[in-house]
Amino acid sequence: MTDATPKPKRKSPVARTRLPTLPPASRSRAALGLARAAAEGRFEMQACADCGAVQYPPREVCGSCLSERLDWREVANGGALIATTTLRHSNDAYFRERLPWRVGTVKMDAGPSVVAHVHEDCHEAGRVRLALKLDRSGQAVLHALPAEDTPNMNDSPQLRETHCDPKHRRVLVTDGRSTLGRAMVKALLDAGASTVFVGDPATWKADAGFDAFVASDPRIEPVALDVTDTDSVDRLAASIGAKVEILINTADHLRDGGVMNARDVGLARDAFDVNVLGLMRLAQAFGPTMCFRAADGTHGAVAWVNLLSIHALAALPARGAWSASKAAALSAALTLRAEFAGAGIRVVNVFPGPIDDEWEQLTPPPKLAPSAVAASVVRGLRDGVEDLYVGDVAEELRARLRDNHKAVERELGG
Amino acid sequence: MSTAILAQFMAELLSGRIRLVDLTQTLTPEFPTIVLPPELGQAWPFRIEEISRYDERGPAWYWNNFSCSEHTGTHFDAPVHWVTGKDQPNNAVDSIPVENFIAAACVIDVSAEAAKDPDFLLTIDFVQAWEAQHGRIPERSWVLLRTDWSKRSGAKEYLNMAEDGAHSPGPDAEVVPWLIRERNVHGFGTESIGTDAGQAHHLNPPYPCHYFMHGNNRYGLQCLTNLDQLPPQGALILAAPLKIRNGSGSPLRVLALTPRT
Repeated sequence: MTDATPKPKRKSPVARTRLPTLPPASRSRAALGLARAAAEGRFEMQACADCGAVQYPPREVCGSCLSERLDWREVANGGALIATTTLRHSNDAYFRERLPWRVGTVKMDAGPSVVAHVHEDCHEAGRVRLALKLDRSGQAVLHALPAEDTPNMNDSPQLRETHCDPKHRRVLVTDGRSTLGRAMVKALLDAGASTVFVGDPATWKADAGFDAFVASDPRIEPVALDVTDTDSVDRLAASIGAKVEILINTADHLRDGGVMNARDVGLARDAFDVNVLGLMRLAQAFGPTMCFRAADGTHGAVAWVNLLSIHALAALPARGAWSASKAAALSAALTLRAEFAGAGIRVVNVFPGPIDDEWEQLTPPPKLAPSAVAASVVRGLRDGVEDLYVGDVAEELRARLRDNHKAVERELGG
Repeated sequence: MSTAILAQFMAELLSGRIRLVDLTQTLTPEFPTIVLPPELGQAWPFRIEEISRYDERGPAWYWNNFSCSEHTGTHFDAPVHWVTGKDQPNNAVDSIPVENFIAAACVIDVSAEAAKDPDFLLTIDFVQAWEAQHGRIPERSWVLLRTDWSKRSGAKEYLNMAEDGAHSPGPDAEVVPWLIRERNVHGFGTESIGTDAGQAHHLNPPYPCHYFMHGNNRYGLQCLTNLDQLPPQGALILAAPLKIRNGSGSPLRVLALTPRT
């Protein structure tokens, strides 16, 4: 049974902070098909369209019949653990720091025998579930997990290397005044976050409900934060930057209005200032310190979450300026992911459908409850995914974009 | 003659017998701007980004880009700002005759009343009582309302927002036309976020200070500070807005010249 990871002790102020190291990251292009599945928490393997063989590791041709017609398919993830060994030595800087490390061979029900990282609760010769997880290099790796969940399973040190659990971590929610922001704070507290810094972009606002909310839990620390004000972002980073282990950017500026069908670019400018430049200001102020603290003890800086929208991928002409800002934010987030890669900090992009708040009043259902989006983000952090499509609208749009993006364009424009 | 007066004026200034008082709030990102319902167009707050600071972006120089609305920080309202002033001649900051940027000021102290009642409204009776004590308001004079609102720290206290909107003092709907008609004043100035009271949208007409002052080609000053350092009468105000083409107002440096007492 896995021991629960204890709350981190206070750090020695004179000890050198350990710098992040990364597991080996190079992969063949074919192998990156695994990353696509792992990024969304799916379990896919290469399968031959001609002979049907499932193969691992991924290759350019089918290992059974030499066909080049290889697809990626969701396959059964069960198997038998046929052998394990525990490494007590490694020449790799990353693994040296994390020894001992358990690996093993799994005979998959789907066919292949694979080498996988093996969870401490897996019994040799027993049944296991395989999962594709992103490691700290952002690359997909196979983890063999117990066939049934075991207590504190997610706290196993090997598995902790693949996820961003908010438990015992300090989290900044950049806009905690919004409906979604509040739900996010609540979900993080429920998930065991040790402190939630609640960004307040409107400290002048009279809102007894918000004041009561902020006072409702001693782990909530309200902080003034306006992402359109560089000085405000810099000041906050200077005061709490070294405490933020997960940053969740909930700041958004959602307004109706198109591109030609708008009186001016004022609305677009406001949306870009919050959604794009705000993200960049936060990244410049908080990012470097988070990189430095990525291996700081058991609960170092681990994740950066961007609350985007499914309309980052498919413009909604009724909200054209806002859609453009979300698309730009996605692009900025992909650069940020590349910039954080060296520290092993995960950038999680969240693509929800419409959320049930005051700005979506006239949007017909289905709309997502803010608490459902927040719960999904927490689940995503625990599972270690990096792309999160939340709700039926988002999932359907995503599937249809793959199928026929022209149809999506025409229907959203109609 | 004028040359001698100007020379004497400089001498008085240098000797300190005439004192300069800065009536301007510092432009900072956190200084509040007026808050309108979120679906309406909004005035930009002051924002500033460094261009370079003796670094790789510009090795020997420090400078910034800033952005703000015409109505951010201590600012001047031109008549064209309000719909009632749209057809007035020379009603924008670039066309207002420059001599209008210098005028005397009467400072009406309502700080005690505003401390007790944030919704305090200046009335004709109050002004007449003030005149009985300090003398009649001269023609073409600014009327500045001292509320000590500038001493409130932070946006929350300054905007004083409740569920039903902002609560801050200002003139009532009768005193503004009276000041124009009976005293031919130059304009109206306040320490709070606007020349009108926080709840002025409930007056008739709504925003009477904007409505009447600009409708009669008069001016506004708001977000002033240091009014407590001015005498009730006798100060001279220098308030020259930026020369923005067809601008409705502008942030500016407001200076008062006062005799040292």
